[in-house]
Amino acid sequence: MNGLQRKDLLDIQSLSTEEILLICNSAKYFKALFTRSIKTVPILRGKTVCLLFYEPSTRTRISFELAAKRLSADLINIAVQTSSVVKGESLIDTVHTLEAYKADFIVMRHAASLAPHFLSRNIKSSVINAGDGNHAHPTQALLDAYSLIEKRGDIEGLHIGIVGDILHSRVARSNMEIFKRLGARVSLIGPPTLVPDEFTMYAVDIYYDLNTILPQLDVVYMLRIQRERQQGSFFPSIHEYHKRFALTNERLKRCKNNVIVMHPGPINRGIEIDDEVADSPYSIINEQVTNGVAVRMAIFYLLAGGAPLDEKEVE
Amino acid sequence: MTLLIKNGRVIDPLSKLDRYCDILINEGTIVAIDTNIKQQRNIQIVDAQDCIVLPGLVDMHVHFREPGREDVETIAGGSTVAAKSGYTSVCTMPNTNPVIDSQALVRYIKKQAESGPINVHPIAAITKGSLGEELSEMGELIEGGAIAFSDDGKPVLNSTTMRRALEYSRMFNVPIITHAEDSTLSSGGIMNEGNNSIFLGLKGIPKEAEEIMIARDILLARLTKGRLHIAHVSSKGSLDIIAMAKQHSLSVTCETAPHYFSLTDDAIADHLAMAKMNPPLRTEDDRKAIIEGLRTGLIDVIATDHAPHLSHEKMQEIVFAPFGIIGLETAVPLIITILVKENGFDYLQAFEKVTINPCKILGINRGYIKEGAIADITIVNPGKKVIVDNNFIISRCKNTPFLGREFFGLVTHTICNGKIVYPFR
Repeated sequence: MNGLQRKDLLDIQSLSTEEILLICNSAKYFKALFTRSIKTVPILRGKTVCLLFYEPSTRTRISFELAAKRLSADLINIAVQTSSVVKGESLIDTVHTLEAYKADFIVMRHAASLAPHFLSRNIKSSVINAGDGNHAHPTQALLDAYSLIEKRGDIEGLHIGIVGDILHSRVARSNMEIFKRLGARVSLIGPPTLVPDEFTMYAVDIYYDLNTILPQLDVVYMLRIQRERQQGSFFPSIHEYHKRFALTNERLKRCKNNVIVMHPGPINRGIEIDDEVADSPYSIINEQVTNGVAVRMAIFYLLAGGAPLDEKEVE
Repeated sequence: MTLLIKNGRVIDPLSKLDRYCDILINEGTIVAIDTNIKQQRNIQIVDAQDCIVLPGLVDMHVHFREPGREDVETIAGGSTVAAKSGYTSVCTMPNTNPVIDSQALVRYIKKQAESGPINVHPIAAITKGSLGEELSEMGELIEGGAIAFSDDGKPVLNSTTMRRALEYSRMFNVPIITHAEDSTLSSGGIMNEGNNSIFLGLKGIPKEAEEIMIARDILLARLTKGRLHIAHVSSKGSLDIIAMAKQHSLSVTCETAPHYFSLTDDAIADHLAMAKMNPPLRTEDDRKAIIEGLRTGLIDVIATDHAPHLSHEKMQEIVFAPFGIIGLETAVPLIITILVKENGFDYLQAFEKVTINPCKILGINRGYIKEGAIADITIVNPGKKVIVDNNFIISRCKNTPFLGREFFGLVTHTICNGKIVYPFR
């Protein structure tokens, strides 16, 4: 197989397991570059990458930007301010503009679910989904899978708990998909308002009591909780949420002694995760960030038709 | 003008007639129904070989966007589309801009329809501006030609207002058509709430938003003895509640739309905004229940909820795109293909929902074939395939999830008031 035989990377569901592993394996090669003094390679020289962000994002945008720059691509950064009240150019017209710029890759972040899917059907460029609404965040899932494989060698057999606002989380959806695919047991933990029963269709277990399940988990994946959810009556207060679902120092002590703590960032210290936990040796939150760049480089490389990289090149 | 329809299989749901015979039409009236009527001179023959000959179809729920959005559709344009689709009468919903809440506006719609090919009956607003607050001048609206009342597009949220509407309208003996949606529960929703909405990360509209309001309105119909008609029923639970109302002999009728017996919310992933409508497409269980409801007669009417939107309005993120799909041109093909061919309905059972039943509900003296009746006739070749593509769809707006699909059932002729209005001259 030569690279990824596909135009777009839109969600985990549309990737085969082989493709997932191919991306993770290739990321190793790119990560090895980061310890060198010259971190760029000319793989995407002459190619144009457009970052089209309809939603404010620092981490994901910078991660893609760095990945594209380290591959020597030309970069266009388009940040579009949107709200339902003030609307600028329609997406379809923006698409035509980008087509005219001859962008090879469009990395899209959008607050509306399925916007990248809509885009991909109407443009020849490769579309990479950098997060759409509550739907999918495939590159986050890939970098999380890569991080776990790097740490544990394999995901198969791990029991991974995803904690928090599952309902509004694209990260949770993409991650449960990839973790299940790679053989993990996945449990979702949160209040029923944020973890509706429909999620059992992913063949995951649902728990409302974090304390009970915590000692069984190999990985605790914490999600960011948004204060606005309180207004929607999803939970009564941050105070109560913290008490029942935050990963506190106290709760960390109930975990397995080799537990891995993850978070997609940005973290809310003192809300869903305590300082001591975020900064503890169990946490791989910073490693996730580093790996994000490597995984995104691998995705660009493979979508551009790059051949699988073997172990020797990693040395 | 004299017309003779020959060789067709005549289906009349009112008299349960299903027989091969000829129909002679003179001066807008059916004058004879018999086998082998002799051909006279100076008579136009319509050959209905291989076709079914039906009473002219009636759609009690369309949106023609005039006044206000004539760029999307007009009464004249919509009427032409309806004629091509086999419809001889349509009822226009009042959620235009301005909302049809005064006699002058009702008269305007009648005026705009005058020179058109088919009969247009305006439905007027229940409340002024459809704001759900004060009752519109129902008596004045009826005098202007309104045939029923509805705040379609929005629910009448206030239960007292709805109560008064059902009560007050009793003196006119016209139905109040409810758009049943608890908008405090459905607010912000894009598609049916369920596995698909969870999977796609789109905000769901629980079927309970529809069912709660149907239950409330039925209880208010019981309280007031008013006439309630429930628009666009989409869920199994709604039908269970309506069945109870009918068991108690309340004056409650309902309609569904062809998309609710043809598609499920699985269509969203493929068709995105083209499959976005309100109420939303539900699950396979609901779809099957709708088909059974039509079979048993629990559902009285099939209405299209024809809702044109311009291409650029639908060609955007599904979250931002408006609700609604066009329905007139695909109605007969879907009835023939899904109900008759796939689910074994007979023609009487299928077509009473688009002929005599809506006429009875609305008090329209049409929708049946009988000597002396007004000559509204639709001729359909049920064995002929149609491909729903940009050539087939003559509506300016092509917002339908059925684009590219093939169905059985071609409308060959539409005769309204004794005149052939389709094929166009």
